[in-house]
Amino acid sequence: METLKEKKTAQETATSMKISGAEAIIHCLLAEGVDLIYGYPGGAIMPVYDELYKFQDKLTHILTRHEQGATHAAQGYARVSGRVGVAMATSGPGATNLVTGLADAQIDSTPLVCITGQVPRHLLGSDAFQETDIIGISTPVTKWNYQVTKASEIPEIMAKAFYIAKSGRPGPVLVDITKNAQFDELDFSYKKCTGVRSYKPAPKPNPEALKQAADLINNAKKPLIVWGQGIILGKAEQELKELVEKAGIPAAWTIMGASALDTDHPLNVGMVGMHGNYGPNILTNECDVLIAIGMRFDDRVTGRLEDYAKQAKVIHFEIDPAEVNKNVHADVAVLGNSKETLGLILPLINSNSHEQWHNLFKEKYQIEYDTVIKNDIYPTKEGLTMGEVIEEINLASDQKAVIVTDVGQHQMIGCRYAKFKESKSNITSGGLGTMGFALPAAIGAKMGAMDREVVAIIGDGGYQMTIQELGVIFQHNVPVKIVVLNNDHLGMVRQWQELFFDRRYASTVMTNPDFVKIAEGYHIQAKRVTERKDLKSTVQEMMASKNPYFLEVKVEKEDNVFPMIPSGAAVSEIRLK
Amino acid sequence: MKNEWFTISVYSENNVGLLNRISGIFLKRHINIESLNVSKSEIDHVSKFTIVVNTTEKWVHNIVGQIEKQIEVIKAFYHTDDETIYQESALFKIASNLLFDERQIQNIIKESNSQIVTVSREFFVLAKSGRRFEIDEMYEQLKPFGIMQFVRSGRISVTKDEMQITSLLKEFQHN
Repeated sequence: METLKEKKTAQETATSMKISGAEAIIHCLLAEGVDLIYGYPGGAIMPVYDELYKFQDKLTHILTRHEQGATHAAQGYARVSGRVGVAMATSGPGATNLVTGLADAQIDSTPLVCITGQVPRHLLGSDAFQETDIIGISTPVTKWNYQVTKASEIPEIMAKAFYIAKSGRPGPVLVDITKNAQFDELDFSYKKCTGVRSYKPAPKPNPEALKQAADLINNAKKPLIVWGQGIILGKAEQELKELVEKAGIPAAWTIMGASALDTDHPLNVGMVGMHGNYGPNILTNECDVLIAIGMRFDDRVTGRLEDYAKQAKVIHFEIDPAEVNKNVHADVAVLGNSKETLGLILPLINSNSHEQWHNLFKEKYQIEYDTVIKNDIYPTKEGLTMGEVIEEINLASDQKAVIVTDVGQHQMIGCRYAKFKESKSNITSGGLGTMGFALPAAIGAKMGAMDREVVAIIGDGGYQMTIQELGVIFQHNVPVKIVVLNNDHLGMVRQWQELFFDRRYASTVMTNPDFVKIAEGYHIQAKRVTERKDLKSTVQEMMASKNPYFLEVKVEKEDNVFPMIPSGAAVSEIRLK
Repeated sequence: MKNEWFTISVYSENNVGLLNRISGIFLKRHINIESLNVSKSEIDHVSKFTIVVNTTEKWVHNIVGQIEKQIEVIKAFYHTDDETIYQESALFKIASNLLFDERQIQNIIKESNSQIVTVSREFFVLAKSGRRFEIDEMYEQLKPFGIMQFVRSGRISVTKDEMQITSLLKEFQHN
């Protein structure tokens, strides 16, 4: 039942009222259903913070310890919840500190609205204190951006910002608001944006393309599905599962697509790409029809393009027309939202089971298991491996945790071995490869899914890029589990130096601090595991904890991640060692 | 794939940051903009960018996709020279005494179909519209006599085929 208070708010927004621009910003956020934002105050955004103070019962603001942390937290929140993440910062350095998060959200299609303060209109262009051209700076890394210089523009621009961020292929939007526009008054009324005349969020599916795609799939002898994040963003997990099962097609995923289909599903054949699974990589170059769904043929997925799936007919299901034929030629392009296009093609698909073809994947998996996986997960050597830590987390969490990874070896191992039963469970910086992503993203992920366990898996390098966000975990008692896999190296770069630079380990050795003491300094329960005998019980203790928990695992210093498609090699040239 | 000349036509909202957004797409791919013209279009409040590039069809296809993806872009097209009617304009500023002293100058003006825009005691200005090679030819002919100032505009072009913007705009509005 609508409470009296809610009724009043609804009436207030329906009829216009005279308020300041800063207060209008808050009302816009509330009207968009926002109840949580991340940010950092400063001179040019102070009027908005003053309003946040007044509205703190309706809108929680989390003070991250760096603006970059605010963007990654907002990303983590958006990625687990499917809602728009909101970050706020002041002008100048506050705004420029958002750039990495914006770029990350842009390349990984994460819906964000970032609000920055700006110097007053009359000072624009005067090199005023903390003035920076954030519109110019953020243009290449935003889906849309806009500078508001008049209070009266605020409602329309905010509505447009949310609409653009979340519709079609999602992405980050930045709204820069001059200080005078925050102070000045306007007649406020809010109307949600339902369309922008020059912007078409998703193309309409073409029946002819759907029919051609269905024909190709129905006649295929060796079809392979490779899905990406487009399944998760389009909420098409169920349609994907039905397609895979009905047509009996082995299905592989890109790193951003992980968790859209249960890891244990019999037709889930694993990850493609540089450190993906052996079978789906090798067999990409043997399939006769490659069905790419909501993925963009990133170079880490395709390896050498001239030798990528040349024998196959390619069907590309994609929401963004600019992705079609960008890297890989599509014989049939099915444009549109994945839920819609997959839903439409399902009735056209014949039941099938490509058993012999699927057996090839099983054979390849066995080879990979014997040479790589077994040693990664059940090592017999003395040193701890990253893989066995992930496996313990799988066991202790019943495969239900949200796994947030940073960037590097642990990320590849995490994505290879983490097992998922639920979608939106693998949060990682896929396209940009942003070290420092995981700790703040895990904070956002936990706040976006309070009922779920969130485990951040981070290397010792990336951890120290945003380690200050432990302050947020402490201050707000955010019950995330932080696992640092410490090999005292920048492990992935070290691996490349070993393999491709004659073991010249330039600047990849790290002399690390006592991470346990640092966590304890923030009053976070912390343990270090250095021996296998303590691993299982400590991981169990961590997962059973209701509070934040920090676990450092000292792993083998010079382990490598395999399989590996070396840079510039073809997917079929994947190395097992 | 070989490099060719392409004319990219972009219909867009008249937005202050859009030029930056569009030029960034070329910058990111190291593709030089050979000429750029921004003007109003046949539709009220809709701007038109005319951009000339020399690149492969694969790249121009890719770029046009990226341009069209920008929120304020209504539609972008690319065409080869054969598919468009195109021109450039140039202004030549020349010392006035040459008009009387050098008979050949008058012949050049006549033969090139250029116009005298203004004449003063010190200088006169010739305007010439046409294809790039025609302007280049006129430039070469005038050069020996001395050109005080020269400027050439970006290409402007219309296509032989229809560009269906009005119907697109209606479709956007109904969506």
